[in-house]
Amino acid sequence: MDYHSPASFAEASALAINATGITRFLAGGTDVLVQLRSELVTPDTLIDIKKINGVHDITRNSDGSWTLGVAATGAEMSDHPELGLDWPGVVEAMDLIGSTQVQGRATLTGNLCNGSPAADSVPAMVAAGVTVTITGPEGVRDMAVEDIPTGPGKTALAKGEVISAINIPARGENGGDAYLRFIPRTEMDIAVVGVGVNLRLDGDTITEARVSLGAVAPTVLLVDDAARAIIGTTLDDAALDALAAAASGACNPIDDKRGTIAFRTEVAGVLAKRTAKIAYARAKGEQA
Amino acid sequence: MALDDQKSIFTFVGTRPDRPDGLDKVTGRARFGADAHAPGMLHGAILRSPHAHARIVKIDASKAEALKDVKAVVTRADFAEVPFEPGLEGEFWNVLENVMAGEKTLYDGHAVAAVAATSALAARDALKLIEVEYEVLPHVTDVDKAMEADAPVIREGAADYSVPEGMHPNVVRYHESGHGDVEAGFAEADLVVEDSFVTEATHQGYIEPHACLGSLGTDGKGELWCTTQGHWIAQKTCAALLGIETSQLRVTASEIGGGFGGKTTVFIEPVALALSRKANRPVKLVMNRSEVFRATGPTSSASMDIKIGMKKDGTITAAEGTFRLQGGAFPGAPGDMTAMCAFAPYNLTNVRQVGYDVMANRPKQAAYRAPGAPMGAFAVESVLDELCNQLGLDPVDMRLKNAAAEGSKASYGPTYERIGLVETLEAAKAHPHYSAPLKPGQGRGISCGFWFNHGGETSVSLALSEDGSAQVMVGTPDIGGSRASMALMAAEILGIPYENIRVTIADTASLGYNDVSHGSRVTYASGLATIKAAKHAVEKLCERAAAKWGIPVDAVKWENGCAVPSGPNAGDFDPLPLADITADMGATGGPISGHFEATPEGAGVSFGTHIVDAEVDPETGKTSVTRYTVIQDAGKAIHPTYVEGQYQGGAAQGIGWALNEEYIYGEDGRLQNSIFLDYRIPVASDLPMIDTVIVEVPNPGHPFGVRGVGETGIVPPLAAIANAVSNAAGVRMRQLPMSPPRILAALKDK
Amino acid sequence: MSKLHVTTTVNGDEVEYLCDPRETLLDCLRDKLNLTGAKEGCGTGDCGACSVTVDGRLVCSCLMLGVEAEGKQIETVEGIADGDVLHPLQKKFIEYAALQCGICTPGILVAAKSLLEKNPDPTEEEARYWLAGNLCRCTGYDKIIRAVMDTAAELREAS
Repeated sequence: MDYHSPASFAEASALAINATGITRFLAGGTDVLVQLRSELVTPDTLIDIKKINGVHDITRNSDGSWTLGVAATGAEMSDHPELGLDWPGVVEAMDLIGSTQVQGRATLTGNLCNGSPAADSVPAMVAAGVTVTITGPEGVRDMAVEDIPTGPGKTALAKGEVISAINIPARGENGGDAYLRFIPRTEMDIAVVGVGVNLRLDGDTITEARVSLGAVAPTVLLVDDAARAIIGTTLDDAALDALAAAASGACNPIDDKRGTIAFRTEVAGVLAKRTAKIAYARAKGEQA
Repeated sequence: MALDDQKSIFTFVGTRPDRPDGLDKVTGRARFGADAHAPGMLHGAILRSPHAHARIVKIDASKAEALKDVKAVVTRADFAEVPFEPGLEGEFWNVLENVMAGEKTLYDGHAVAAVAATSALAARDALKLIEVEYEVLPHVTDVDKAMEADAPVIREGAADYSVPEGMHPNVVRYHESGHGDVEAGFAEADLVVEDSFVTEATHQGYIEPHACLGSLGTDGKGELWCTTQGHWIAQKTCAALLGIETSQLRVTASEIGGGFGGKTTVFIEPVALALSRKANRPVKLVMNRSEVFRATGPTSSASMDIKIGMKKDGTITAAEGTFRLQGGAFPGAPGDMTAMCAFAPYNLTNVRQVGYDVMANRPKQAAYRAPGAPMGAFAVESVLDELCNQLGLDPVDMRLKNAAAEGSKASYGPTYERIGLVETLEAAKAHPHYSAPLKPGQGRGISCGFWFNHGGETSVSLALSEDGSAQVMVGTPDIGGSRASMALMAAEILGIPYENIRVTIADTASLGYNDVSHGSRVTYASGLATIKAAKHAVEKLCERAAAKWGIPVDAVKWENGCAVPSGPNAGDFDPLPLADITADMGATGGPISGHFEATPEGAGVSFGTHIVDAEVDPETGKTSVTRYTVIQDAGKAIHPTYVEGQYQGGAAQGIGWALNEEYIYGEDGRLQNSIFLDYRIPVASDLPMIDTVIVEVPNPGHPFGVRGVGETGIVPPLAAIANAVSNAAGVRMRQLPMSPPRILAALKDK
Repeated sequence: MSKLHVTTTVNGDEVEYLCDPRETLLDCLRDKLNLTGAKEGCGTGDCGACSVTVDGRLVCSCLMLGVEAEGKQIETVEGIADGDVLHPLQKKFIEYAALQCGICTPGILVAAKSLLEKNPDPTEEEARYWLAGNLCRCTGYDKIIRAVMDTAAELREAS
């Protein structure tokens, strides 16, 4: 295995383009190293992107949107004094991944590129409408987070393409987001079901919403039916029931060591309700 | 047999001093299994079968052997020929077959070859070049399926004499016991409840993987450093498997990072020695976590049928249980232990129990804390809870009504001496936890539990130094603070401060034979031996004082660390402190030491009662344990803080077993969850504080009244939690673990 | 395979080693620097026995490559005591019997020290969640949490 630590994304991209065999980019490494140690994936080329300038930065732009460096860790996101006020769902979703120790290394970028359908931060990013900037041989382009995963362990990134920034939209007025997951313990588990909700209110009425589900299909899902179930409502019981039905209806899960099809389908609806209530309370400026 | 000189007033025993090895263990200085290095050391790695059951057609290691970094490759041919015998008679053969596969691989993770190379990476890389041709065979991993007529046969001829005719060859041992007439008893009952229960295999889950450093010459002399609960059994077994003399192998036990029964046998140690013998260099072998899960002892999985009859007043009229335990591809699943322990807390007129030891394509089970007892208690105590619910009885009162006491005939045969079950139940009833109100959604569960405890072969040597300090050499690895208890017991007899005693875990070349640290035997047996060794030294101290004073030795007694004239000579001489005697011991007759070697038989059974509150989320089936109280008879707590620690640890492991821990096998017979991410042991945020009550009903078989405390604490939790969850959810849970999908499904079926 | 040269600082001492790029920081600490206090319990970041801090941030040293340590400040369990004076956490762990076998203790001490530096007054729940990545199989965590909470209280009084 060759190890490289390029000084720019263009250089990183060029290294990847010219590499043969298996190439991996190294951000926090909390998945790459596990795969390396268990000999699931032994890269021929490992490209450490943490020595590139600015990769740890968390920046609020003049329009209120946020740009996160690709190596900003979960701990750095949680420690940021303002990011969590705008996007508590995204920050909390990231914070749910692994232990305090894992938070010291893990990144949104890595969680996304690992391609796990159960990645906690991904449904939260999808609900929030996050995009990523990709640097590749053809230059730089942006892509929505929901378009990145294409299947378990697979992404839409082409050879030589590397994510170079995470872009979170401006929070704007009367909005709130939340992410909840189900795990059997209180910590340290992979999500059995994850739900991200992001919405905006006009008075008590939901005017915009995005609902996403994790761990219930080969990729994280953006569920339009679930969003429609609550848009135009005050999140009353009927709306919550419709939301739960839409969330459960969108599930296409598997039976595995972490949960059954029946369990995931049922709990997706339960969690969708709970998550939406938190996002709604946040949009109203209430504590939740 | 009561010891006539049992002590009940103590100076040191019962206090809570800092442990002697504390400093080393908080500074990173303590040396555990993987922390050893040797000059010229190589690193080993083991190739493991990906198949649950397969014939090994051919192993071609030539490509690995051709690498310059590779110094040795071993397969089964590099070990001694060990005779095959049925059941546990052929345990050396069983261990060898487990350590390195012979003709067949018997489970996912079974070792087939090993490499020694100049670095750990080089060794792992070399494994990929070993080509193994397998003929895959049908496999079975479930205990009930392994007993069916068409189940694949793991090994013909493995069953011992106990198995009745006509059973599947996978049934390798059979146990039946009891007394009275159960049918007559059931006829007397007002209510009979009959039910079936299943528990999955769990792993001991020690945080330290198996690790060793072995060196063996072609002259048959060797040294082994390893993390183990018993280095004499490692010595004996390795010697047998390598065909060398036992005494020529010196084994040193490292600090041990948890065992819970799982480190009472060998896995990688003979392999390291075989590699070393072939490479002529020391070889270090360290398992990774996945190897620990796939190839070291989990506990047995179990399938059980229980039938209990009860009168309206709570009197049990008859009890019957069948316990089928799966222990991997070798004899040893403790179906007999499960059967014998299941009804042991109760004074029963009519009881019958049957236990099966069943083989399947899984790793060889190893002991896990009161092996076999927790599953049986889960089944029996669940049925008792159901009877209480249906008859409207208080679960503690019902248990008090039936509780075994001194003189009761145990369900497994003998008559109990003095025991403390009633005292634990009375303490439970009086505990504020038992009467605390429950919140909506919460349920409370009660369970009793029993474990035999064990004595075992024990040697201890104690030597006094010129300055009046003492060194105690014991042969039972310190798995949770036993150096402190030994020092306290020695201090009690010698009458010198705790701090002036150094306790060392001796290697096999420095002390006589010692059984492993298991059976909750260390504080009992090594403690008894330490007391006897100290008394032996005190006899010699008294002899020196008598000689100095010119009076008969029987006119000298030992008090508060001094020889004191007694009887007609009382007051004739000033008390002579220990240090004054040892100061010139070289001139008064030579070094003063004490020692003791025996197999103490009075271990004294122990009982516990647990109270648990659990809350179940009705929408997701997720359980939180909200309050937990352990009440257990310790006989006499030598170091109460470490007794509490044993109680808390047993409860925590039981919580894991009850709620989330399980071996999950795929259709392909491969273990699906061989990392801590998916083998879910409790984390700090999962648990409440665990309250403890130490009941002390002295064991008549120990000079200070000690009963073992390590194992009983894991017997009640499965049942207590299952009862709490069942009462919270309003539906009887019959399968462990009670994972959220199982609870949610049970709620839906209610 | 060519090895990489790394210069880093461990417990205040500048050290150098050569490592294969596949070797973890934990491998390098244990096998190249003879700092065997950090333990490998899992190798997958699930047990926390290998906890160290890197530039003040708590991490699993099994989830970081040795080569990534270049130019970093690393603190391990061996650096917690100030010479022969134990850190208050170390003293309380002995006093409370917050260890039985002791294999998880180095990682838990490093993690708990990191908690108290960030949050001198944690609630029991905060302490339990902070330490959720440090598995202990012996104690049921009761005495560990009590030792951490009591150390926090003592350090607050002293400051």
